[in-house]
Amino acid sequence: MSWFRIALRSIQQRGVASLLTMLSMALGVTLVVAVLSIDGVLAESFRNNASLGYNIIVGAKGGQEQLVLNTVFFLSRPIENVPYTYYLEFLKQPERDRLQRDSYAARGAEVWRETAELQALTGNLGLSGAALDAVAAPIEQSLVPDMTLPRHPPVELKGRHGKYGQMTELAIPLCLGDFYGTFRVVGTTPALFDDLVYDIERNRKFEFAQGRNFVWRSPQHGYFEAVLGAKVASDIQLVELHLNVAGNAAARALVTERANWSRIDERDGALVVALGQGTEESDVFLSLRRLQKDAEEGKRQLDDEQQQALTALLDPGVVLRRSQRNVTLGDAIAPAHGEPGGHLHQRKFTVVGILKPSGTPNDRAVFINMEGFYLMEDHAKPVARPKPEEAAEGPPLSESEQRAQMAEDRRRQQEVERAADPEPLPAELREVTAILLKVDVMFAPGIENYINEGQQAQAALPVAVITRLFEFFVGPLKRVLLLLTVMICVVSAISILVSIYNSMSERRGEIAVMRALGAGRGTVMGIILLEATLLALGGGVLGWLLGHAGVLIASPWIEEHTSVHVGFLTWTTLPTEMLLIPGLIVLAIVVGVWPAISAYQTDVAKSLGK
Amino acid sequence: MLQLRQVKKSYAEPDGGRLPILDIPLWEVKDGEQMVLVGKSGCGKTTLLHTIAGITRADSGEISIDGINIARLSEAGVDRVRANKLGYVFQTFNLLAGFTALENVLLGMTFGGGRRDPKRARHLLERVGLAHRTHHRPTALSVGEQQRVAVARALANRPSLLLADEPTANIDPRNQQKIVDLIRETCREENVALIIVTHAPEVAGQFSRVDKLEEINLVRADAPPLEK
Repeated sequence: MSWFRIALRSIQQRGVASLLTMLSMALGVTLVVAVLSIDGVLAESFRNNASLGYNIIVGAKGGQEQLVLNTVFFLSRPIENVPYTYYLEFLKQPERDRLQRDSYAARGAEVWRETAELQALTGNLGLSGAALDAVAAPIEQSLVPDMTLPRHPPVELKGRHGKYGQMTELAIPLCLGDFYGTFRVVGTTPALFDDLVYDIERNRKFEFAQGRNFVWRSPQHGYFEAVLGAKVASDIQLVELHLNVAGNAAARALVTERANWSRIDERDGALVVALGQGTEESDVFLSLRRLQKDAEEGKRQLDDEQQQALTALLDPGVVLRRSQRNVTLGDAIAPAHGEPGGHLHQRKFTVVGILKPSGTPNDRAVFINMEGFYLMEDHAKPVARPKPEEAAEGPPLSESEQRAQMAEDRRRQQEVERAADPEPLPAELREVTAILLKVDVMFAPGIENYINEGQQAQAALPVAVITRLFEFFVGPLKRVLLLLTVMICVVSAISILVSIYNSMSERRGEIAVMRALGAGRGTVMGIILLEATLLALGGGVLGWLLGHAGVLIASPWIEEHTSVHVGFLTWTTLPTEMLLIPGLIVLAIVVGVWPAISAYQTDVAKSLGK
Repeated sequence: MLQLRQVKKSYAEPDGGRLPILDIPLWEVKDGEQMVLVGKSGCGKTTLLHTIAGITRADSGEISIDGINIARLSEAGVDRVRANKLGYVFQTFNLLAGFTALENVLLGMTFGGGRRDPKRARHLLERVGLAHRTHHRPTALSVGEQQRVAVARALANRPSLLLADEPTANIDPRNQQKIVDLIRETCREENVALIIVTHAPEVAGQFSRVDKLEEINLVRADAPPLEK
């Protein structure tokens, strides 16, 4: 008989009491495991979020926390924007030059050059004054029809690196402000997925589960491509209406015009309309009825074919069936401006890629081409138009003139938004919400200081800010929870003490018999301590299993809310959990010592009886 | 095998005095010898057995078991001698309730430092007629069966001396003789010296050597306490 067997038998003998004692310990350990797992999940989530692949965020002046929360976690609201030209200061010369090609300044310089050439030519031809303007004006208009151009070459913009260009390994601009459902829409460049290694430790870039990254300009979709985060793709459900108007081109055209759709195609003998996110069937038919009313009132002219199509669409039996599906590749998405539920942009972006889950906030965002972002309504920076020279000294514009100018601006923007393949927005009208910078760690503090000392923007070191926020909010909570669970373990340990100690009076006889059979005092003491340890470890193992089973059961919820995948074992917490074993042994020995000493002191002769 | 020389034992009294129990100038038991110790109730028979087993330490004198004077040994040394040289059968059997018959016998081998030998434990249980009851707990055994397990346990560590303290006192008359026979036979087979304490004349009558404690102990049962 080994000591282990003797201790085990003793535990078995007091079955119910032992079980209750173990359950009490199990409860304590379950809570410890739960707290450690929560901490592990938070730490993993934090690690994922802090492992950004960039080390500085540049944004408008304001609070650093807000900048980081908004840029990294897509929480809170953007502070303000910084000019696009400021972003260009982080680029090296070739890239900077390339992106400036679409600026008014560049176009103006081009006009200036061409005008100068023209002047030289027309001078030779004897043209001047009104005759010269008559030749030059159409050239200007063809280049930039909507703005008055500066008439000098902006030489300082060209032919150099950006101010921070040579210290910057990677600069990725972000434009925020729109939503798709409740998810943030982020205008950015393809570099976010092509070049950014977000998990440096494991050399991981964002990967695509389906499709591909958007490109600067695709032959198929122009500037209007989108990539969905994994969570967006799994969460957004689109309603599909199967309409009994297959082959009816006029009906298809009316639906295309009147409904907010994600995709319209014909299959299974029906016109299948996948409605845009948040759009309901009733919205479509309400819009069609309004069209009918407009037609009846003469506000809208419909030809016979259209009228028949409309009648067919408003037929009560037009909807053959309804279904739901996830948003997927090829769907068109229309961002909502400013806030969830804001007015929908007319411009739609085609989903070309869906990201694999990364455990980062990017799982919960929609990424669109920044060039397309700028071409949406209300996304151009309002700039003061230079007055024509002849009006410069005249009276200021009246209120009605200003309104007319704004209306004209708006009309032009809508035209741009409706245009099939518009030109990129000039650089002067662009802004960025934030710039993600990857710079050499040696330069990071210097660049941060330099930017912060300037007037235009602020720089934040996101890891430092996130660590600060994490410690501020989660640190105390974690400590309190751990303290509570440790207290529960101590209480459980005391219950082991009580259980064993209470059994001592009835066990004195047994101890005396063992002593009479030759067991030393140390032996009986050891057996009692072993018994306490077995109770603690048994309860500990049970609690550990229960704790992890609980985590496993909660894992879908955890994954949904944190994008952190947890299985039965949370590897990040395993080293800490391993400390539970020596911890429980020490605890068991501490509480076992008292009854063990009592066993040690047992008077054999008295306790033996006869 | 066993020799007691000038062994004295007394107990402290509440008033600070000491109550003498044993004062044995010389007492011996030979190898393999079987004897009975009788005496009036309270005359110190159990104290003598406890003293021989080292459960109670003598105040003075020598107690030699197989030539080892346990009076000079540390407590751990006495424990070792008890584990290796002695077997003990109690009047109340003192089997451990949570253990099976086999485990109770194995317990007798646990503390001697020698090899735990389940084969011998089974053999002993077979020898005492309990081959079919090895995995039964004491509560599932009859009184006679319990005492037989106790005998097997006492012999498990191949002792030189078996001490049996009124082993038949709690057993019905029909089984008393069986137990006595069993103890005597197994001791003979294992060449173990045997000291049985008993009040039963019919048991005592079967032994060639019957020692009265009053005759070997200078302390009389009615002796006055020693002076402070």
